[in-house]
Amino acid sequence: MTQSSKVLIIGIGNAYRHDDAAGLMVVRRLKELGLSSCEVREQIGEGTALMDLWKGAERVVVVDAVQSGAAPGTIHSFYANQDPLPLPMFRDSTHAFGLVEAVELSRALKQLPSDLLIYGIECRNFEAGTGLSSAVRNAVDDLVRRLQAIDKIYTTTL
Amino acid sequence: MLSRSGVKATVMKTRTIRVDYLARVEGEGGLYIKLRDNSVVDVKLKIFEPPRFFEAFLRGRSFNEVPDITARICGICPIAYQMSAVHALENAFGIKVDGQLRALRRLIYCGEWIESHTLHVYMLHAPDFLGYQDAIQMARDHASVVQRGLQLKKVGNEIVSLLGGREIHPINVRVGGFYKVPLRSELRALAERLKWARDAALETVQWAASMPFPEFEQDYLFVAMNHPGEYPFNEGRIVSNRGLDIAVGNYEDNFTEEHVEYSNALHSVLKQQAPYFVGPLARYNLNFDRLSPLAQEAARKAGLAPICRNPFQSIIIRSIEILYACDEALRIIAQYEPPERPANPTPVRAASGCSCTEAPRGILYHRYRVDGQGTILDAKIVPPTSQNQKVIEQDLSHFIPRFLTLPENELGWRCEQAVRNYDPCISCATHFLKLEIDRG
Repeated sequence: MTQSSKVLIIGIGNAYRHDDAAGLMVVRRLKELGLSSCEVREQIGEGTALMDLWKGAERVVVVDAVQSGAAPGTIHSFYANQDPLPLPMFRDSTHAFGLVEAVELSRALKQLPSDLLIYGIECRNFEAGTGLSSAVRNAVDDLVRRLQAIDKIYTTTL
Repeated sequence: MLSRSGVKATVMKTRTIRVDYLARVEGEGGLYIKLRDNSVVDVKLKIFEPPRFFEAFLRGRSFNEVPDITARICGICPIAYQMSAVHALENAFGIKVDGQLRALRRLIYCGEWIESHTLHVYMLHAPDFLGYQDAIQMARDHASVVQRGLQLKKVGNEIVSLLGGREIHPINVRVGGFYKVPLRSELRALAERLKWARDAALETVQWAASMPFPEFEQDYLFVAMNHPGEYPFNEGRIVSNRGLDIAVGNYEDNFTEEHVEYSNALHSVLKQQAPYFVGPLARYNLNFDRLSPLAQEAARKAGLAPICRNPFQSIIIRSIEILYACDEALRIIAQYEPPERPANPTPVRAASGCSCTEAPRGILYHRYRVDGQGTILDAKIVPPTSQNQKVIEQDLSHFIPRFLTLPENELGWRCEQAVRNYDPCISCATHFLKLEIDRG
């Protein structure tokens, strides 16, 4: 993370597994729109690489696809500094060591960013192929607006 | 992990061990074991990642796209897919990649072995031996050890990033060579990190060797690549400990894939022989004398003979291979001179070609048929985990009877541990199944 940026936004996903790409789409859209005080990064969700990415960063936002049984497109938010992440919701990761493990291992090693906000977009279709379902696309739009607002807040307080 | 295991006992003395989701393996898989009167009557390793259609995806695509498409099969071992792909296509076009370009391919493979093996040794396998539920619990008591593992893995990532263009799904490998080759100064910077990594790998071997191992030796049929002058990565013959010694071009005459009803992954077997074992143990047993002197010495000090038949000790052998990969990477960097061009010309012709390389988890076979314009007509990909499935099931059949008196959760955990000996990558193992429906 560069010195000048205040928030690191990480989008996680696989672009070739339909809704699983939701996190990637959020950061790609933010990149196109341009942010003043946030840095955006894409990640496939491999845990040790995530730990490396947020090591030393103070404020981090992560966006990932989740599955909890809620309506597709529901946006869940978790403050990782306050509570452990609900593992079953993130279990659709095919990584043996993924986001949840990265958060908990960082916590055990006292390397958790001081402010780690995780957005989980409820997804349904993880089959091979490209394109988001409409509910997930709407959630991506919603989250892009929220993160633009966060960017504005930090820009004005710089 | 334990909460997802279930053991059911009935008055018929039939117990069913069910692990719905295997923890600490790549991809989604489950395990089903049926016991009757204290003997194992059925073991099924179930792979239910959705079938993957990569072999079909590739049809109609240009040969140039193959390394980048196949790299997507696995986030942990994309280099293996790229290496088998480019060597198979070079075999089809009659291209020989040698000199510094060949050395750089070994170097990028070293990076992948370091990162993949280190992830498994530290984060996925070690907790089994030290009595922790996972690496997070382990980190609370062994923070400095876990930090060493994370740093060691990062050195592997740095090699893949430099040569592959980025850490995950690298994009710099092409048929004929690379799109861009590194400067000497870039590799020299890596060498400093690798010297630290080599020391850390030595410590890793000693640490792994100090763990408690169950006594469990089996008479396996090991299969690996074998090259006259080096520990195998990209080239060599396919050999076994029972006399198999074939050119890669004869792979499909000797090996066959079978569909089983309960799994999305095809099972691979050696025709007319038993199921076979691929991966670090097989490589080590068939290539011990090709390891660097430092790696051989570390193995001896760890108490390992040149032949190891205990799959639980694969954690030591993975550590030895991490050490070898650091040593080999340093050797390649020391002799590096940038080649005149980053890739050899690729004269396209209508042909078929195949290749087999040593992925971290074992041999990975690719075969492609292309037309005169370089369009892929068909593809065949046989990943290591699909080759190990039958051996994993056999291990469980032999291993479980010793632990039948254990409490239920612990028995389930022992089974998972036996599966993790193979570092199965279930994401890689599943691929397209041809379905034929008979409607009478």
